[in-house]
Amino acid sequence: MVERSLTRCLAAGLVPLVPFLWLCVLFLVPFLIVLKISLSDPAVAQPPYTPVFDWSDIAGFFSQLDFENFGLLVEDDLYFRAVLSSVRIAAVSTLLLLLVGFPIAYGMARAPERHRSLLVALVILPFWTSFLIRIYAWIAILKPEGLLTQALMGIGLISEPLDILNTETAVYVGIVYAYLPFMVLPLYATLEKMDDTLLEAALDLGSTPWRSFWTITVPLAMPGIVAGSLLCFIPAVGEFVIPDLLGGSETLMIGRQLWSEFFSNRDWPLASAVAILLLLLLVVPIVIYRDVEARRVEARP
Amino acid sequence: MNRRLSLFNVTSLVLGFAFLYLPILLLVIYSFNASRLVTVWGGFSTQWYGALFRNQALMEAAWVTLRIALLSATIATVLGTLAALALTRYGRFPGRTLFTGMVYAPMVMPEVITGLSLLLFFVAIDLDRGFWTITLAHTTLTMCFVTVVVQSRLMTFDRSLEEAAMDLGAPPLRTFFTVTLPLIAPSIVAGFLLAFTLSMDDLVIASFNAGPGATTLPIKIYSQVRLGLSPEVNAASAILIGIVTLGVIAATLISKRSALRSSKEAH
Amino acid sequence: MRRAFAPWSDPAAKPLIRFENVTKRFGDAVAVDHLSLNIFEKEFFCLLGPSGCGKTTLMRMLAGFETPSEGAITLGNQNLAGVPPYRRPVNMMFQSYALFPHMSVEKNIAFGLKQDGLPKDQIADRVGEMLRLVQLEKLARRYPSQLSGGQRQRVALARALAKKPKLLLLDEPLGALDKKLREETQFELMDIQHELGMTFVVVTHDQEEAMTMADRIAVMDHGRIVQVATPGEIYEQPKTRFIAEFVGDVNILEGHVQGLENGLWRVKTPSAAEPLTIDDPDEVLNSGQAVAIAVRPEKMVIQRDPPPPGTRNVLTGEVWDIGYLGDWTVYRVKLATGEILRVTRANASRFVENPIDWDEQVFVTFAPDAAVILAE
Repeated sequence: MVERSLTRCLAAGLVPLVPFLWLCVLFLVPFLIVLKISLSDPAVAQPPYTPVFDWSDIAGFFSQLDFENFGLLVEDDLYFRAVLSSVRIAAVSTLLLLLVGFPIAYGMARAPERHRSLLVALVILPFWTSFLIRIYAWIAILKPEGLLTQALMGIGLISEPLDILNTETAVYVGIVYAYLPFMVLPLYATLEKMDDTLLEAALDLGSTPWRSFWTITVPLAMPGIVAGSLLCFIPAVGEFVIPDLLGGSETLMIGRQLWSEFFSNRDWPLASAVAILLLLLLVVPIVIYRDVEARRVEARP
Repeated sequence: MNRRLSLFNVTSLVLGFAFLYLPILLLVIYSFNASRLVTVWGGFSTQWYGALFRNQALMEAAWVTLRIALLSATIATVLGTLAALALTRYGRFPGRTLFTGMVYAPMVMPEVITGLSLLLFFVAIDLDRGFWTITLAHTTLTMCFVTVVVQSRLMTFDRSLEEAAMDLGAPPLRTFFTVTLPLIAPSIVAGFLLAFTLSMDDLVIASFNAGPGATTLPIKIYSQVRLGLSPEVNAASAILIGIVTLGVIAATLISKRSALRSSKEAH
Repeated sequence: MRRAFAPWSDPAAKPLIRFENVTKRFGDAVAVDHLSLNIFEKEFFCLLGPSGCGKTTLMRMLAGFETPSEGAITLGNQNLAGVPPYRRPVNMMFQSYALFPHMSVEKNIAFGLKQDGLPKDQIADRVGEMLRLVQLEKLARRYPSQLSGGQRQRVALARALAKKPKLLLLDEPLGALDKKLREETQFELMDIQHELGMTFVVVTHDQEEAMTMADRIAVMDHGRIVQVATPGEIYEQPKTRFIAEFVGDVNILEGHVQGLENGLWRVKTPSAAEPLTIDDPDEVLNSGQAVAIAVRPEKMVIQRDPPPPGTRNVLTGEVWDIGYLGDWTVYRVKLATGEILRVTRANASRFVENPIDWDEQVFVTFAPDAAVILAE
C-alpha cells in the first residue's frame, strides 16, 4: 500500500514538473540571459558580445555590469521616437479595430442561432492561413497601380493612382486586417450572451435605441471590449512583419528596430536592451490582460 | 426570443466578411495569372504552379517546415496537456504563480523578444542553430497555446463524471484514460492543430533560430517578398490556403459529430 | 406488509452503517457537526433538509469523495476511513446523473462491471438484466444525449445498481424530472428497492418525495440531525418548530403554558379569547413557559355558524383569501391579532350550497389532539 502510493505520488508529481522544467529552461533562463546580455559590451566576435560573466568571479561580474546600452537608448532619440510611434500606431489600430470589429460582432450575435457557428468559423478561418501570406496579399492591393487603384479608377472615383503602400496608412490596414479575429471573437462572446430582453426593457422604459446602445449594450460588452483591445494592442506594439512589409522605411516601430539592431547592425547587447525596453513597455497592459483573463475564467460556471 | 437582423447588421456582416476574404481571394485568382506582373491580368495559366514545384529550394524549405511543425506540435501537445492538468487539477502547489506566468507570458510577449531570447540561450549553451533549435523554440511557444485550449475545456469539465467512474470502481489513472481523456480529446486535437499552424506560420522566431542547415518556408517566402511581388509566392500561398480550407472543413464536420454527443453532457 | 419492517426499534439489530460523532469542516465552515446516525440493512433512508444543511456532504462521505475531519463511519464491520471510492461496496446515483457522454447506454451500465474484471458474457447478462429492470432494452445502443430526462435517470439508476452494491446512494434522484414523472418514479424506486432488497440512502430537499418513499427520514439543519423518525412521526409529532414548518404546512400560535388540567395542557394565547386545550401528554412543561402550538391546516375546521358553547379551541377571524385547488380548498383566515391562519377543506362533494365567501366572519376550531406543543 505504501509502495503503491509512493509511485502514485511520483507519477502525480511528474504532471506539473515536466512542463514546469521545460518552461524554466526554455523560457525563464533565456529571458535572464537577455537581461544579462543587455548589460554587456558589444564586441566584434562570434558571438558578437563579451559575456560579462565568469562563474569564478562573481564580484567581477557585478562590477562589470553596466547600463551603457540603456544609456545609449536614452541618448539616441531614435529609440524614444520608435517607442512613441509604436504605442501610437498600436493605439490607433486598436481603436480602428474596435470600430470595424464591433458592428461585425454585433451582427454575428444577432444572426439566427443556426448560422452563428458558421459565422464564427468564417471569422476564425483566415487566422488558420498564414499570417505572412495575408499581409503579402495586401501588397498587391495597396501598391501604386495596384488592385485598389485599378478598381477605384475603374469606377471613376479617383483619377490619380493612390500611393498607400509604404505609408503608415498601409500599416493600419494591415494590422486591422490581421488582428480582426482577435477583436471580433471576444466581442462576439460577450454580445452573444447578452439577454435581448434587456434592450427590450430599456426601450419599453422609454430609452431610444441609440441611448439604449450606449447605456445597456456597451457597458455589458465591456469585458469583451477590454479583452479584445488588449489582445490587439499588446502584439501590435511589438509587431515586426506588418511594418516591415507594408510600412516602408519611414514607419518607425520598436520591434523592427530590435530586428535591425540584431540582424543588420549585429549589436546583440543593444538589441537585448531594446528587448528589455519593449518588455517594460508592455508590462502594464500584460498585467491588466492577465487580470482580465483570470476574472473572465473565474466568472465561468 | 426573436432576434432580427437589421439592414445595418447585414451590411456590416457583408462588408466585414468581404474585407476578410477579398484579399485572399484576389491572391488565389492572381496565382493563375499568365503575366509575371502580379497586378496585371494576363490571362489564365497554371505555369506558376509548375515553376513552384520545380523550385528545389522552396520545396526543401516546405519539407523542413512540415517536419518541424509535426514534431514541435506533438511535443507541445503532450507538454501543454500536462500543464493544463497541473493548472486545473493540482490546486495550489509551490511555484504555481511562476508557472502560470510562464504559460501566459510567451503568448503575449512580442515574438521578436521570444526569438531573440531563445537564440541567445542556444548560443550560450553552444547549440548549433538549425532544425532542432527551431523545433525547441516552436515547442516552447506553442505548448502555451495548447495549455490554454485544454485548460479551458478542463474547467468546464463536469467533475461528477470522474467521481462516477471512481464510484463504479475505476482507480484514478484508469478513470483518467477511460473518462477524462476521451472527453477532452477534441480540445487536445484542437490544441495540436493550433500548435501545428502556429509553427508552420511562424517567421520571426524561426528567423532568429534558423541556421545555415535549415530554412523554413515562411523565411523563404519573406525573403522573396522583400524583393518584390512574385507569382510563385502567389501559387504557394494558394496551395497553403487550399490545404487549410480543406482541413478546417474536415475538422468542422468531425467536431459537429462529436459535439452532438457531448452537447448534453452537462445535464 | 412493509410497515412491519422496523429494525431501528429492535435493540438487538445491528446497523449496516454507523456514523459515530462525525464532523466535516471545509476551512472554517462546519458542514457536518458531531453527527451520529445508524442506518439498517434494507432500509430506505432519506436525508432531508434545506440546501446547505450538510446532507450532500454526509452522502459524499459515504461514497468516499470526502473524508471526515473527525469521527468514524463504518459499513458492516469495515471502518471506511482511508478506503478510496473505487474500493467501497457503495454506488451512487449522481444528481446530474453523470452519464458518460462518449459511451452508449449499455457501455455506461457495463462500466462498473468491467472495472471488476468480470467475464464478457457475465457482463452482457447483467447489463441485459438491468436494462429489463428499468425497461430500456430498446435503447441500449443510444447515447446519453439521445435520451429524454426520464430515460437518463433510469440509465443512471441501472448503472449504479449493476454492481449490486451493499448500499446505493441517490443524490436528489428525482430533482430533474417534471412533476408527473417524479410521482411515477417515486413508486418505481420503492418497488426496485423492495425487489432487490438493497439499502437505499436518498438525499433530497423535497419533503413530499421523502415522505412518500422513506422508511425513515433524517431531517438535517446546519450540519446536525434534528429528528430521525418515520414519515408519519415526522409529520404528526415534529420535534421542533423548524421541522414542523419544513415538512408540510403548519399554523403556529404562540402562547404561555397555564397548567395541566385533566391531562390536557392549557395554553393562553393572544390569538384566541379562551385558553387553548392541547392533548400532548408527552411534553414536560412548566407553568408560564413560552410555547408554540402547531396545527396542520387540514386538522382545522372552518365554519360560518358559531360553534356550540363549551367547544374547545375556537378562533375567530375574517376570510382573507380563498384558493380553490380542485381536491382541496385553501382558506386564509385573518385573526384579530393580524395573524393569518391557513385552513384546508377537502372538497368531498361537487356542489356546496351557499359556500363561505371572501370577507365573511368565520369560526375556526380544532380538536385538542390535533395540535402539537413545541417548546420555544
